[in-house]
Amino acid sequence: MTTVAERVSAEHAVGEQLTAIWEESPGLHSWFATVDHKRIGRRYLFTAALFFVFAGLEAMAMRTQLARPDEHLLTPEAYNQLFTLHGTTMIFLFATPMLFGFGNVLVPLMIGARDMAFPRLNAFGYWVFASSGFLMSASLLFGAAPDGGWFSYVPLTEKAYLPGAGTDVYCVGLLLLGISTTAGAINFIVTALTMRAPGMSLNRVPMFVWSIVVTSFLVLFALPVLNVDNAMLFLDRRWGYHFFDRAHGGDAVLWQHLFWLFGHPDVYIIVLPALGIVSSIVPVFARRPLAAYPLLVLSTIGTGVIGFGVWVHHMFAVGLPQLALSFFSAASLIITIPAGIQIFSWAITIALGRLVVRTPMLFVLGFLAVFVMGGVTGVMFAVVPFDQQTTDSYFVVAHFHYVLFGGAVFPILGALYFWLPKITGRMLSERLGRWSFWIVLLGFNLTFLPMHIQGLLGMPRRVYTYQSGLGWDLWNMLETIGAYILLVGLALTLFNILRSLRSGPVAPDNPWGGESLEWATSSPPAPYNFAVVPTVHSLHPMWDEQTLATMVADRDDPERALTDGKLGLRTSDLDGIAEHPLELPEETLTPFVTAAGLLAIALGFLLGHYVIAYVGAGITVIGIWGWQWPKREPQEASA
Amino acid sequence: MAASRISARTVRGSLVLLGIGLLGGCGGRQSALDPAGPGARRIAGLWWGFFAISVVVFVVVMFFVLWALVLRRGPDVTPRPGGDRAVVLAGVVVPVLVLVGVYGAGLHVMTEQRTTGHKAAFAIDVIGHDWWWEVRYPDQRIVTANEIHIPVGRPVTVRLATKDVIHSFWVPSLQSKTDLVPGKSNETWLLADHAGRFRGQCAEYCGLQHAGMGFVVIADPPAVFDAWVAQESGDRTAPTTASAQRGEQVFESQSCASCHTIRGTTAGGTLGPDLTHFGSRSTLGAGVAPNDRGWLGGWIANSQTVKPGNLMPPQPLDPQELRSLLDYLEGLK
Repeated sequence: MTTVAERVSAEHAVGEQLTAIWEESPGLHSWFATVDHKRIGRRYLFTAALFFVFAGLEAMAMRTQLARPDEHLLTPEAYNQLFTLHGTTMIFLFATPMLFGFGNVLVPLMIGARDMAFPRLNAFGYWVFASSGFLMSASLLFGAAPDGGWFSYVPLTEKAYLPGAGTDVYCVGLLLLGISTTAGAINFIVTALTMRAPGMSLNRVPMFVWSIVVTSFLVLFALPVLNVDNAMLFLDRRWGYHFFDRAHGGDAVLWQHLFWLFGHPDVYIIVLPALGIVSSIVPVFARRPLAAYPLLVLSTIGTGVIGFGVWVHHMFAVGLPQLALSFFSAASLIITIPAGIQIFSWAITIALGRLVVRTPMLFVLGFLAVFVMGGVTGVMFAVVPFDQQTTDSYFVVAHFHYVLFGGAVFPILGALYFWLPKITGRMLSERLGRWSFWIVLLGFNLTFLPMHIQGLLGMPRRVYTYQSGLGWDLWNMLETIGAYILLVGLALTLFNILRSLRSGPVAPDNPWGGESLEWATSSPPAPYNFAVVPTVHSLHPMWDEQTLATMVADRDDPERALTDGKLGLRTSDLDGIAEHPLELPEETLTPFVTAAGLLAIALGFLLGHYVIAYVGAGITVIGIWGWQWPKREPQEASA
Repeated sequence: MAASRISARTVRGSLVLLGIGLLGGCGGRQSALDPAGPGARRIAGLWWGFFAISVVVFVVVMFFVLWALVLRRGPDVTPRPGGDRAVVLAGVVVPVLVLVGVYGAGLHVMTEQRTTGHKAAFAIDVIGHDWWWEVRYPDQRIVTANEIHIPVGRPVTVRLATKDVIHSFWVPSLQSKTDLVPGKSNETWLLADHAGRFRGQCAEYCGLQHAGMGFVVIADPPAVFDAWVAQESGDRTAPTTASAQRGEQVFESQSCASCHTIRGTTAGGTLGPDLTHFGSRSTLGAGVAPNDRGWLGGWIANSQTVKPGNLMPPQPLDPQELRSLLDYLEGLK
């Protein structure tokens, strides 16, 4: 369970040659020019974690303001900016990039590949994400933060009602971010379909990879809708178009339809990869394969498909025809079935296995409890009259924090304890991890459980203050106390990570007895990941006693060691049959330059100085030009 | 009927259990768990049903986990294969049966909610403004703000419109939300089965003072309601004291009249709430403060300190004028 002997043997044979080819140059140039999926993935994780801290502190400010009735700590302007940025940051700049960060690091490792299919696109995606994120966050410093809510409903967000720059920052920032997310999604899909190790037919693909692929398809279909919505809003605001203006033939409800046609699938864009994390952790600590794997795959895909047919349940109070409401009510109930399948697959796997409770598994068990509670209230929102009573109240705030904090943050915390040893090469403290878990669990429930009651007692959401005497005072105070406890729990994990980076014990290759291929690499993995590309024999390559052996048996096979350049292996889409080596790109500055150009375009539009946008367009063209320039003679494929 | 009475009793009993005894403060109650009419009561019934199902689901899932935590640990436990059929049973078959029931219950309540609204006695218009509620009774020729009076036991249709952004009309103890959307004519209804004050609040984020956009529904016995209609439909009560008469002059001559209407005077502004019977209303600024002399004086002098961002500018009146104006406004019963 510690060092993988086959890995050592393979590296002994060809590791030196591969290191010379794959190792990136040290120093500042490579910092900007890297195309290594592990470095980029680490960056995603780090940057997304920064945004989590940022948005978390915003939440603390709000909870402090709400601790007591008629509190004057924050002005309504400040509060409205804070709740808008909190939601926007958590959803767009933390959740998806964090999970894409895990995807970046893990997808190539789990499928036995040496990098993503498009390493430069991967680097480009990161730079665009980072610039969009800092653009939106920095707006707070200039008093120009968005203040129309993360859902940005018109006509409130039209120029007439919110004349400040905040909503422009929102539109432009999200359009920029959309480019990054779309690029990442395409990369995941192509990587997972073309770069899997030989033998990894679709029925041997790890659940995490499946969930990243389904998520990526959701991104491809959902994001264009949001982009169109934001582009129309920007045109309305900047140049007086009338897309959402009833007086001139527009429609305010159009914004909502488009927003939620993106917005509901986005819930699954966030939750599915996190459920993939759970599916990765559960079998390792239950010491047996997942129950009903095919059903899990189908329910992940099913969630993705049905997820596009439920958006109107966010709009049950808008006054749409009753018949439409009853259809969307039915669809919203149906989508809970795939979720139920997943819950019971994990529960039954755990109940039939031999349970080993380490910190990653603790967070998964906590996830199960919390996510089920978010799920059952989700079912309630599918029922039209109940939704009309509780929507836009604190009940809904409670519900989606159980789904998103429970369904995404708990798995992400588990994933940090599970995979950081692989990523950094250092173990985290188990003791601190357990403390962190229990404090987070307590703090989370103390913060969000009372919100159900408070919502039923009639407290609407998005209010910067409230009056005493409506039965809300006690719950609000408890929630604020809970939020501070939660903060302590999360800070403990942060401390644990920093401490492990400085002085944590060195991580072995396979500290948990994992089932998937990332555990067959060193910790941290070598730049080339796998010295010899393994041939996969089952859904559990680390447990089948055959897959690892191929890394030793094939070490002299040039088609598996691939030492003639920076090469990956193209395999067939469905069956994973080896086809031919693929040349992968060297480190390059072109993604950075292209992203910088896009940032300049965004800034130009935002500031209304279109010269900057023209310059940015020029830089972007130069960047793409350099990117596409053939650097050397195409290598003949070794047949 | 029997079912709804049982659920009402369950609701109240459970409220006590939850320790929520602080309801019914100064502004009236605002709880969906303390329904005062069929609109909210049916939904409270749904809630307790869902709550029971949720507890069962949670216990079942946690049973698997606890089972494993207690019985499936340690070196002598051998993991068992399989479990696929159990997943199909617990994750597909049982949920489908439960969800069909949930859907049926939802459709049933939806239909009931719709048909109750058909029997309305009369219709009122509620118009959302940043950040207050205009209330009009076209049949009774009443215009008021932030207070809706209804007769006990008679459904009243509420037609919803907005002057600016989207707002949402919500009276948790009586009726669930319906949005006020520009260009859409939405409708809901109110029906209280006993007298009382029921607080409502805007439930769709509408900008700076979304938090300060409350209102109150006052359900009165029909005789009391009729008396209110008789009083409210007339012009303003003419001021009797000298100070109040001066106050009326102040109102008409200063900027007040450009935004507010007082029927029977020359003040005919429409940007702010109609103040014809302002003295009979219980709150200021859409429920943000009680309507008493102290708060009112502060509000007129500088309402921005009471409700930051509201659209009424500070009124620099000298103390004498302010006193007269207060005498006048308080007398507008």
